[in-house]
Amino acid sequence: MTSRKAILAALRRNAPPQVAAPDLAGLGTSFADPIAQLAHAVVAVGGTCARVADLAQASAAIAALPQAAAAKKIVSLVPGVEPGAGQPTLDLAAVSDPHALADLDLAILPGELAVAENAAVWIDGKVLVHRAVFVITDHLVLVVHAKDVVHHMHEAYARLAGRPRGYGLFLSGPSKTADIEQVLVVGAQGARTCTVLILG
Amino acid sequence: MLAVSDDKLPDAREEAEQVAGLLLSTTGRLQITSETGAATTKNALLAAKNDAVLHVAAHGTLGMDGAALELADRQVPALEISALQVAPALAVLSACDAAAERAERGPPTRHAHLVADLHRVCRRLGLRLGMASGHPEAAARFVADNERVHWHDQAVWWVRQKRDTAAAAVSDWEALREAAAGIKRHALSRLAEYLEQFEHNATALGAHVHWARDAAEHNAIVHRLLEDRGVTRLVKSKSMLTEECKLNPYLEARGIEVIDTDLGERIVQLAKEPPSHIVMPAIHRRKEEIGELFQIHLRTKPGAADPSYLTEAARHHLRDKFLAAGAGLTGVNFAVAETGAVVVCTNEGNADMGTSLPPLHIACMGLEKIIPRERDLGVFLRLLARSATGQPITTYTTHFFGPRAGGELHIVIVDNGRSQTLGREAVRDALACIRCGACMNTCPVYRRSGGHSYRYTVPGPIGSVLAPLRDPAAHASLAFASTLCGSCADVCPVRIDLHHQLLALRQDLGRSGHIAWHKRFLLGLLAVVFRWPALYRLSSYLARRLLPLVPRRLLYVRWNAWGRQRELPALPRHSFRAAYRRRRRDQS
Repeated sequence: MTSRKAILAALRRNAPPQVAAPDLAGLGTSFADPIAQLAHAVVAVGGTCARVADLAQASAAIAALPQAAAAKKIVSLVPGVEPGAGQPTLDLAAVSDPHALADLDLAILPGELAVAENAAVWIDGKVLVHRAVFVITDHLVLVVHAKDVVHHMHEAYARLAGRPRGYGLFLSGPSKTADIEQVLVVGAQGARTCTVLILG
Repeated sequence: MLAVSDDKLPDAREEAEQVAGLLLSTTGRLQITSETGAATTKNALLAAKNDAVLHVAAHGTLGMDGAALELADRQVPALEISALQVAPALAVLSACDAAAERAERGPPTRHAHLVADLHRVCRRLGLRLGMASGHPEAAARFVADNERVHWHDQAVWWVRQKRDTAAAAVSDWEALREAAAGIKRHALSRLAEYLEQFEHNATALGAHVHWARDAAEHNAIVHRLLEDRGVTRLVKSKSMLTEECKLNPYLEARGIEVIDTDLGERIVQLAKEPPSHIVMPAIHRRKEEIGELFQIHLRTKPGAADPSYLTEAARHHLRDKFLAAGAGLTGVNFAVAETGAVVVCTNEGNADMGTSLPPLHIACMGLEKIIPRERDLGVFLRLLARSATGQPITTYTTHFFGPRAGGELHIVIVDNGRSQTLGREAVRDALACIRCGACMNTCPVYRRSGGHSYRYTVPGPIGSVLAPLRDPAAHASLAFASTLCGSCADVCPVRIDLHHQLLALRQDLGRSGHIAWHKRFLLGLLAVVFRWPALYRLSSYLARRLLPLVPRRLLYVRWNAWGRQRELPALPRHSFRAAYRRRRRDQS
């Protein structure tokens, strides 16, 4: 008997009586002003947040960031958003090996939706070209449309259910750790800063 | 290499030479050097295998972390470190180290001989080597350092408080716990079906699904995957399952470099010890100790103990490891039957680094990680990080749907006793655990005895349930490492009735003879007394009359564990029955 068969047989033999799945309707707390709540949550998880009216303002906001001014290797996957000051950006499609991104300074990525309750921004894997881009970069800017701000995780998954399924992640703030004496240190392995721009 | 500081420990060198002489014939590798300064000694300790450090700790005043040696470093008289204890202990350390190295390269028979010799030597020296003692003995060593216990207690309690703040800010918290518990109970009642569904969907996405009955099969599967692709460098993100299966030593013995990339896990890996907490693996270590460890392994500045500086050093160190790795291994927080996706949660981003650079991703999961629907994630993700650290969600919550283009994803589903636990009604809910660590953060026993005292991959209340289920003989004492206060059940995000499970386990262990004879005897006696009301009244009467007459030194003897730190409660003059009867009479 294969291990698969043996395990499944043991699970069937030892299974408790059937229990129905709970109904998840009604879960989640809504906010009077989800965008203000999102901004609050982003700061709480160690990020920064700003509201911008359009793509030009987004570019200007990024150009004003000290980490953008110092950045040499930049990727922007948000069409129309540039780091400003005529800084060139890297074409990810021309990069064949993600190891070449080890010295990436700044990545500007689109967020498909943002969750007000916990500052989690859903990044769709399809737009990334290389999965490493969001974690290997030193600094991160996420651009989310105001209409894509949802109240809570239940609403987020309801929205995501309609999409073609594929790799993606919720990202909430910069990389962090508190593994040394519970002291919070931002910038553990991934991005050292995370800026969320709310568009519109 | 055996090093002792002879100026502070005058007799140590001689002692060490004696022991080493005995060992030399078998190992042929031991050298004795005499060096001034405890730093070398400490380095020898730090470099030694963790098990050996435990043995030293078992022997005497040396702390598990070398705390007593730190005293020596600060010129504190060696009064607490008797040479008699340090020298043989160090000899044992070095020999264990040599034995471990030998076991990886040389023929196993020589290792066995060496261990037998070690036992002989240790018996001669009155050392107990390799004897796994129970939780009370291990905890006694931890609590010997009062200041440290207090520090540990406060550090862990702070995390519990952060959890409380986060939970209180969520108005539907209790409804969420109810839903999470319900989803897990449902999933457990249909595990086989959901695993098949998961396998079907994951395979359709291009992932390879493997099944392992036990730890050995799991390790062999992972090794074969690496070997077939010529991978010699593996980066791992946190996985309690691979700790449970002891994957790291298995792979290392086969020539594969394994790097734990979670900062806390890397710290304990460098210190050659197991994690002491499932969420904060290095919570038992102070920043100064981590600084010393990093000074040896990462070449940080001597004396540096600033967490930001040390974390930055680890970032660079691990970055190099990520870039050089041939494969990345992750645990699995949730496996979604409906979609075939696996979800991995980290704060550091190490799982994402480890899976996005090398082409091979191996995800290892206990079979209980299955949840039925994608929308169930909404419930668990709202609970997990808040319960664990008080964060609203982990920084990275990555959903893997099959491999990336040009890469491979292998998912290893492991049983290792879980299917048997499912069949035990009183404890099956322990399989609902999502490994947040809240039960240990709140547990008065965990906070004051430290994670290592549990001697199991998962410590704290949930570990105390899981460990005796796995091996009753080895872990029976854990069922008693609880006051049954129920705080663990109160904070558990999936409402596992932990204290009731511990009680049920105690009964099982009692029936199967895994409880010390004196406990069995006393409980048997109590059972007789409780069965006969007249006998109960008589013994209660005698106790009230006679106990106050017994002299203190007869009452507070060694085996009166209660009286060690406390006074026995004052006995009332009258029994409750008598008081109640009088009250009734007075009222009428």
